[in-house]
Amino acid sequence: MRRSVGVAAASAAAVLVAGCGGGGPQSGGDQKLSGDKIVLGVLNDQSGAYSELSGRNSVKAVEMAIADFKAKYGDKAVTKNISVETADHQNKPDVANSKAQEMYDRKGVDAILDVPTSSAALKVADVAKEKKKLYFNIGAATTDLTGKSCNKYTFHYAYDTYMLAHGTGTVTTEQVGKNWYILYPNYAFGQDMEKSFSAAITAAGGQVVGKDGAPFPNTSGDYSSFLLKAPTLNPKPQVLGTMQAGAELVNVVKQYNEFKLRDKGVGLAVGLMFITDIHSLTPAALAGTTYTDAWYWNFDQQNREWADKFQKETGTRPSFAHAANYSAAMQYLEAVQAAGTDDADTVVKGLEGKEVNDLFLRNGKIRAEDHRVLHDAYLAQVKPQAEVGEPWDYVKILKTIPAAEAFRAPSADCKM
Amino acid sequence: MSGFLQNTFNGLVGGAFYALLALGLAVIFGMLRVVNFAHGAFYMLGAFGAYVLLAEAGVPFWAALVIMPLALGLLGMVLERAVIHRLTRLDPLYNFLLTFGLTLILQDLVKSRYGVQSSPYATPAELSGTVDFGLFDFPTYRVFILGFTVLLCVAVWWVLGRTRVGMVVRAATERPELTRAFGIDVGRWVTPVFGFGIALAGLAGVLAAPMRAVNPLMGADLIIVVFAVVVIGGLGSIFGSVAAGFGIGLIQAWGEAYLSDFPIVSQTVVFVVMAAVLLWRPAGLFGREEAPA
Repeated sequence: MRRSVGVAAASAAAVLVAGCGGGGPQSGGDQKLSGDKIVLGVLNDQSGAYSELSGRNSVKAVEMAIADFKAKYGDKAVTKNISVETADHQNKPDVANSKAQEMYDRKGVDAILDVPTSSAALKVADVAKEKKKLYFNIGAATTDLTGKSCNKYTFHYAYDTYMLAHGTGTVTTEQVGKNWYILYPNYAFGQDMEKSFSAAITAAGGQVVGKDGAPFPNTSGDYSSFLLKAPTLNPKPQVLGTMQAGAELVNVVKQYNEFKLRDKGVGLAVGLMFITDIHSLTPAALAGTTYTDAWYWNFDQQNREWADKFQKETGTRPSFAHAANYSAAMQYLEAVQAAGTDDADTVVKGLEGKEVNDLFLRNGKIRAEDHRVLHDAYLAQVKPQAEVGEPWDYVKILKTIPAAEAFRAPSADCKM
Repeated sequence: MSGFLQNTFNGLVGGAFYALLALGLAVIFGMLRVVNFAHGAFYMLGAFGAYVLLAEAGVPFWAALVIMPLALGLLGMVLERAVIHRLTRLDPLYNFLLTFGLTLILQDLVKSRYGVQSSPYATPAELSGTVDFGLFDFPTYRVFILGFTVLLCVAVWWVLGRTRVGMVVRAATERPELTRAFGIDVGRWVTPVFGFGIALAGLAGVLAAPMRAVNPLMGADLIIVVFAVVVIGGLGSIFGSVAAGFGIGLIQAWGEAYLSDFPIVSQTVVFVVMAAVLLWRPAGLFGREEAPA
């Protein structure tokens, strides 16, 4: 209790200092920054299932943002003392909770980035609210971050279950087939995805003829009973929608190919897929599969140039999570630069309603009502092996989903 | 009907993996009284080895099917001589902890080199089609796994039942002290038997590579079920482990197919069976009560 009073007093003091400064950002008023510096915190999975699609390479991406920010402003930068703290939350909510507190309280972190795994992401949102410090979630999918768990200091930056379901569910229903069979991992994320997809499919005039929750975690690694069942349903589904992620997705797709469901007239749609998943399965195993992507490295010249720089740093091509971490770090630094202070309330005010175009955010807008960051999303299709021109060039973009359509309207559950 | 047959077939294929792994655990436990927790890690190494051989040296699936079990069997023998051997006289818990530690080391070594993302491994082209059984068709690769495993189990059975080596191993497994009393050097068979058990795990790993996600944790997920299989079959019982392996595969497949509305049931059925068997026959279905030491 005493601590939060202290934090509140400190932020009040910071507001006063900022208010009295009046010299503008160029005057180099270092006293407007807490501790005379800016510290960004990357909190994510660095050893487990999500460490490849984000992990340590997201720390690199944030460092790239800092370097680009310093190069852009030079001596006019609000400070040159910008650093990154990082921690492994192991996808565990309790670890995420304590690491986030440590970052804000003891490491002097001004803004936390990334935090995959929905349950962990929601815990960190509570910490950000309590400490009144900024939090840009990139790695997690749950719409609760902009729903019942929304708060003034939390921004949901890259994607969510609505975006995935709306993009893939709607377009696949219109273009591939109306009858779906949905296979989902039976826990919070999978159930949430199943609901979002069912809603999108029905709204697009399709129907879900069958759905099954597979055990999670699936220790046997076997999905054959579900895959055998799919083509025998009446009416026969034209699309198998799998909501599995990571290694479980790999198992489903390998066995989907083994049972030759595509030859039996059952196409494949994937709920959530990262470029790293396509890399492990090989494009041959996934050719023709559609999914919704938040960003693709080979989409245009701007993305490609950044992806080349990223590859020089890391030896691999970036996933959308890497690009989003770069972008969120950059937008935070820009907001501090514009405000001339790292006081959280002032920075939030500057971000709310802001319209942005950058590497990751195309036609981007930071929605003030619920802090959902809107941007273009993409309907992607995995190329056949023969069309893959270079390593990691695995998908073609079928359609750009405009920012205004890609995300849901602000939820009534969100009370800032 | 065809659906039922397909699910039965699938159960047998899943069971084939359990049987191969449980068989290795059973001979190791019988001969050494070691509960080898690292068995799942060797299964993972088998699959990863197949991937590395293919990706970095162009060695095809068929060659990997021979190379990996041999290489891992050898590694197993080295480990037995170097560390496990030193703890066999102590409480079995010591070796359980040792092999648990080995598991973590092996997993993390692979993780640090190849990451946690699953590695690609395609079904060999000759086996990528389907076989038409009239009532239903079935992936050729799965038919191959089933046939290959059954042949292998029969061969192991024959070696143990009909050859002199097998006689010694069986005798040493069931009554080590008595076998020693007959003047047979049990000790010299310990290392090769351990290596053989590990080779079976490696073989199962290579077989799994085309149909399962190849990643450092693939063995850790599976090994829990395999332990249940071994307990159901009877610790150290060779026939019991194979029979229980196939049986549990069938129960899981039927459970998933016909109880999919009750995911809790299909997920836990293995352990329910294990608990029931332990209550009814504490030594497992085919195990024998051990005389108190």
